[in-house]
Amino acid sequence: MGDFRVTGSAAVLAAMAALLSACGERAPETEAAGAGEGAVNGLMTPAAFSSIAGDEARAAALFTEISKVMLHPRCANCHPREGGPTQGDDMLPHNPPVVRGFGMGAAGMECSTCHGSVNVEFASMTGSIPGAEPWMLAPASMGWAGASAAELCAQIKDTELNGGRTLDDLVFHNSEDHLVNWAWHPGEGRSPAPGDQETFGALTAAWAEAGGHCPEG
Amino acid sequence: MALTLKINGKDRNVDVDGETPLLWVLRDDLRLTGTKFGCGVAQCGACTVYVNGQPRRSCVTPVETLEGAEVTTIEGLEGREADAVRAAWAEYDTPQCGYCQSGQIMTAAALLQRNPNPTDEDIDNALAGNICRCATYVRIRKAVKAAGERLEG
Repeated sequence: MGDFRVTGSAAVLAAMAALLSACGERAPETEAAGAGEGAVNGLMTPAAFSSIAGDEARAAALFTEISKVMLHPRCANCHPREGGPTQGDDMLPHNPPVVRGFGMGAAGMECSTCHGSVNVEFASMTGSIPGAEPWMLAPASMGWAGASAAELCAQIKDTELNGGRTLDDLVFHNSEDHLVNWAWHPGEGRSPAPGDQETFGALTAAWAEAGGHCPEG
Repeated sequence: MALTLKINGKDRNVDVDGETPLLWVLRDDLRLTGTKFGCGVAQCGACTVYVNGQPRRSCVTPVETLEGAEVTTIEGLEGREADAVRAAWAEYDTPQCGYCQSGQIMTAAALLQRNPNPTDEDIDNALAGNICRCATYVRIRKAVKAAGERLEG
């Protein structure tokens, strides 16, 4: 999982920074950033990419970091490429079985049949059912579960697929959208996406500012 | 917390923890026991009610989220679709033990309100979250189709 790799590298960088600090030396900016100041809950901040020369390379690196959020189960479960949503950190098919239907489920069994406006802890056992307003699948054209960072980048920039959104629109969506925000507040039994929405939005803004170039892949 | 809930068209006052699931309040406080507890985790559909006309699993619906909402339970279910479903349920002798039936009927009536001429696939999709431990699914599907035909006829 991408977030675990990030966490692992952040831990290594943190150890390096601590070692250098103990030796009375200052850690290089990018390493220190990756270890702590430049990373939030396993997601690098834009500062960690500032030393990359060239907009194309910097934008590609920024998007690779952004993709760690978008491909995380908290996001990808409701961005399926085909069929209905998946669920859980292991992204198994949704149970009970549900279909996309009109985008919010089948007639008579809409997403809102079970998912309310907030996460709800079960009253009779541990665990919770996720909720936010409105709880719904992403459009089929925005299904990307299992995509590579390069595929994802091309997909979300394609205005034929993304509902006509510009790069600025994408920045706003990632920075402000309420349902996107749920990815960091998923309720008991689900791991949050790496980082937080502020960092995710800042990364998206930095990527757009660098030209919105995509990683190769 | 003190709450006024609109249940089956009537204001009902309750004083419960706001996080209490609606199902608990319906059954234990208001004695509306037609809605059943099955799993408590929105997996079986036995607790289905309507909130503002939309099917809703009451076991995962905190009452504090229902201020101003209109709740309909099996006891208050009315209308052409409900009548057609009840008639078809009787005609096809649909229930076996009957425990899941209030949830099945709530969902079936909701489906027919949205789609009075459902295909088998439509019925399966709508009722996929309503589990019947007696496995009367074939009769349920037949009854829903028959209820739709009554509405269309």
